Order: sequence, then C-alpha cells, then structure tokens
Amino acid sequence: MDDGPWPHPSQGAARSAATVLQPQAAGVGDWTNVHTPDARSASAATAMIAAPRALRTFLRSPTAMAGFVILLSMVVAAILAPVLYPGDPLSMVARPLLWPGQNSAFPLGTDSLGRDIAAGLLHGARVSLLVGAAATLIGLTLGILVGSIAGYHGGWIDDVMVRLIELFQTIPSFILLIVLVSIAQPSIPTVIWAIGLITWPTIARLVRAEFRSLREKEFVLAARSLGYGHARIIFREILPNALPPIIVTSSVMVASAILMESALSFLGLGDPNVVSWGSMIGAGRELLRTAWYLTALPGLVIVLAVLSLNLIGDGLNDALNPRFSGDR
Amino acid sequence: MAKTFRRTALQAIPTVVGIVIINFLLLRLAPGDAADVLAGESGSATIETLAALRARFGLDQPVVVQLIAYLDNLAHFSLGFSPRYNLPVADIIAQRLPGTVALMLTALVIAVVVGVALGIIMASFAGRWPDRLLSVFAILFYSIPGFWVGLMLIVLFSVKLGWLPSGGSETIGAGKTGLAGLLDRLRYMILPAMSLALFYVAIYARLARAAMLEALTQDYVRTAAAKGLSPLAITLRHVLRNALLPVTTLAGMHLGGLLGGAVVVETVYSWPGLGRLAFEAVMSRDFSILLGVLLLSSLLVIIANMIVDLVQAWLDPRIEVR
Repeated sequence: MDDGPWPHPSQGAARSAATVLQPQAAGVGDWTNVHTPDARSASAATAMIAAPRALRTFLRSPTAMAGFVILLSMVVAAILAPVLYPGDPLSMVARPLLWPGQNSAFPLGTDSLGRDIAAGLLHGARVSLLVGAAATLIGLTLGILVGSIAGYHGGWIDDVMVRLIELFQTIPSFILLIVLVSIAQPSIPTVIWAIGLITWPTIARLVRAEFRSLREKEFVLAARSLGYGHARIIFREILPNALPPIIVTSSVMVASAILMESALSFLGLGDPNVVSWGSMIGAGRELLRTAWYLTALPGLVIVLAVLSLNLIGDGLNDALNPRFSGDR
Repeated sequence: MAKTFRRTALQAIPTVVGIVIINFLLLRLAPGDAADVLAGESGSATIETLAALRARFGLDQPVVVQLIAYLDNLAHFSLGFSPRYNLPVADIIAQRLPGTVALMLTALVIAVVVGVALGIIMASFAGRWPDRLLSVFAILFYSIPGFWVGLMLIVLFSVKLGWLPSGGSETIGAGKTGLAGLLDRLRYMILPAMSLALFYVAIYARLARAAMLEALTQDYVRTAAAKGLSPLAITLRHVLRNALLPVTTLAGMHLGGLLGGAVVVETVYSWPGLGRLAFEAVMSRDFSILLGVLLLSSLLVIIANMIVDLVQAWLDPRIEVR
C-alpha cells in the first residue's frame, strides 16, 4: 500500500485503521480505488515527485534552453560589469559619436557625450534585471496574499477584493505607473515599488481562481478536518498546488517589468543617476537621423533580455501544463 | 438588451467613483502643485502671487473640500478647469481624444486582423515548419518594446527610404480636404499604428492558434467534415467563429493597455493625443487634466468591456448578455 502521496499527518490515522483491520490488511493493497484519485494527484507530495519530469521536459526544449542561456549570460554580464568596466559608465572616456567598430578600444562606439556604449549596456543590465526581479517579487507577494485570501475565504472578503482588483485593472496601468513614479520622484526603489504595485492584480486574479477550485478538493477537506489553521491550509496545502501557473506567469512578469522600466526611463522617468537601457535609447533618440546605432544597440539588448524570459516562460508552460503544450 | 445595458452601466458607477477618489487622493500625495510649476516657469513669483494662484484654483482648501468640489463638478458633467492651459479640461481633452481613439482603433484592428490571420495559418500547419517559424516571430514581436520599434521604423521608412513622415498627424499648411486629406492623415497614421499594434499582433496570434486547436477537436468540427464541407468553410465558419471568443475578450481588456502604449508611441511620433497629454499633465502637475484623462480612459475600458459582451453574444448565441 503506497502511503507516499498522503499528507503525512494522516499516516497515523491510516496506520491505526490498518491495525484495526488487520485480517484484511493484505488485500487492501489491491484496492487502489478506495483512495480518492483526486486527493492523490493533487497533493503537494505528488507535485514534488512530478518535478523531475517537468524539469526534463524543460531541459529538452531547445527554445527554452536558448532563453535560459541568453538570460544566464546577461546575469553574468551584469555581475561582471564593475570588473570589466570599472568606473562610472556615465563619464566621458573618448571622442564623442564613434561608430561601432571604428575604434577597437570601444567596440560598440561612444555616444554624443563620449560615453562608452558597451560599458553602458553592461551596467544597464544590472538595473534592468534588478528592477525586473524585484518588481516581480513585490507583485507576486501582494498578488498571492490578496488572491489567496479572496479565493480561500470567499464571501464578502472576496467581493471586496474582487472590486479592488477590478478597480486597478480598469485604470490604464502604464498611465498609473507614470503617475506613481512621478509622485514618488524617480529612483530605482520607487520604480520597483511602482511596477510591483501595478502588476499585482494579474497575479491576484490567477491565484484567486486557483484557490477557488482547489479549496473544494478532498485534501483541503482532510486538512481542515485535522484541525489545521487557515494560514497553514493556505500556505502549506493549497499554495504548493497552485504554484505551476504562478511560476509560468512570473517569468512573463519579469519580462514585462523590464519592458516597463525601459519605457519609463525612455520617457525620462528613470533614476537619473544610473545608466539604463531605456535612458540610453531616450538620449540616442535626438541623434536618430545621424547616429541611429545609439538607439538600435540598447533596444536590441532589451529585446534579447525580454525574449529570453518569454522563451523560458513558454518552456515552463509546456513543462508544467502538459495538456496545453504546443505539440499535439 | 437595453435593460442589461442599463444594469451594467449602473454597476460601473461605484467602480468609477472609486477610481475617481483613489486617483484624487493619490495625486494629492504628489509634492508640488500646478501653482509651483506655473511660478517656476514664470521665473519670478513672490509668496503672495503663489498664494493668490492657489486661492484662485482652490488649491489652498482642505483635501476633503477639494474632493467634494470635484465630485460635485463631475455630477454636473464638468471635468473642472486647467490652471495651465486656462481652458476647461473637457475642451482640452475633446481636442486630443479623436487623435488617440483613431490611433488606438487602427492599431487594434491591425492587431486583431493580422494576429488572427497568423493564428489561422499557425493552427493549420500545427507542428510543421510554418507554425514553428511564425511562433518564433510571434514571441519576438512580443518581446520588442513599442517605442523602440517606432524609432527603428522611423530610421527605415523616414530617414533611409523617405517614404513616410516621421512625426505629426497631418501635413501642416497643406490644407488638403476630402479624400486627399484622409490619405494624407493615413500616411501619418501607418507607422505609429504599426508600432502600437506589433505587441498585440503577437498576443492574438498565439491566442488564436491555441483557440483554433482547441476548437478543432470538438465534435461539431467532425460533423461538419462528415457532411462534406470544404476545409476552408470548416475553418472559417465553424472553427474560427468559436476561436474568436477568447480573442474578443482579450481585445476588450487590452484597450487600457493600448492607451498606456499610446503614451510612449505618441511621444515617439509627436502625435497629438491623449497619452501625450497625460504625460505632459504629470510633468506640469496639472492634476485636473490628469484626473480627467484617467477618468475618461477608465470609462473607455468599461465601455469596451460592454461592447465585448455584445460581440460575444453575437458570436455565440448560447452566451446570454449578462
């Protein structure tokens, strides 16, 4: 008899039942159908067992791996930026407006103030990746909190939370983002918080929907009948089962946070003291007619970063939701 | 149908009031007000003139009084007065609204038509090379920032090829009317609408592909094939019609996103629209305009959702208009 998938506190109960029914215990193993199939397949333990299979699917997908390699090299570049290009990337180092390839010391050229573009791109990676990851973390935390409470409790709490989510989704989010950032004065922390604050409703909706369907399952009923508290049921029982769609969405959220940050700093609403890909595009825009490489290069890097995250998101989706995979 | 419309409209009222109050309180948190910016621009302002400016626009009143005054104005269908432009907010917005609505609708139509067409092709060749190739393009389009693609289109079509204008909404002083004027405006519309649409083309293409594949497995498709309909008729009349449902739902939801995208695209193409106006209003702390734009755009989203409900009821008569 496989006790494995059962949530472990119930093992005691199962074992005592088995001792009472000692004479028939030998036959119980054949009756796998006495367990509710739902409770087994949906339990957290099975999700853990299924993880290697999902990982294998992910590793076998060429596009997902390509995205992973691109992202990894960007992270390495961001970490190595202060080593490869020590000193402020905003300082003048050479003759202005060198085209890429013109001077081997500055392989990607210089901008109108003689700043090294390669240094700017590497240091910009730090900003973009930091903002993307941190803003997603904030959005995830808020979204999971609101969504799980609304979906788990239902009733008037759910009504209020749904109203709040609706309200946030009705206001055009990018305009709200601009308002938030300009109210709080542009800086990296405010940009991170503002992006986190406008992205949580997406996660909250998703988590709420998952919780609403999961809370009716037998394993939740079992946990409740064992006298677990609400917090434990929410975070230890239901949340692990709701994770796959959240993981897929969060990789896309990082991508869109990077896009939003670049658009903000393109408009001049980024942190003025650091170099970012969007602000490089904004500065290069004035010379679009004569020196278009100033705009093209940072944009290509943004596309690469966002593309890698979207490829990873696709790969995760195929790995975690086999039913909806692209090949069938 | 009129009754359901009325009910949806009534349900929207608390949402709209909530949005107005949240926005109003949010904007009061901002450091500085319109009087500061006006004084800063004029260069020489004494404390007395600042106080006089604030008194004139009611900026010296307590927040609650200002909020009640604003709500009272709204109840009389007035959006208030802009200190900066010295004009009623409704007039300023009315000037900018047509440009943005034209841009957004053009972009949305391009996105839905091209996206669904790509989705049909991808679904018809599912798993084979046209599908894989287009999938790569879709995910690439999905990853390109709208403002950057706008700038690159300018480099290609305006600077290098010289085919299309790089900014503005019509040839100034040409005085073209009728068909010539319309064609002139269209030339200015192509690049901004394309930059705005690209991201959504990718979304709809992926969505349409998935929805088509889902619909293809349904029994009614087998029935249609069994009664001898041509593959084209099956795809267009039976599969596509059902696959359009999720696309229309999302298209309605994207209207707010399009408006946000319009801010950057309008900046790139110096297009005189609502998004640009919102950005300028933030920068000049002209909160009466900003509140008006936020309110109006929220209303646009609500109306779009109502239209989506109607379109869905038409596509699938089983769906009752809620």
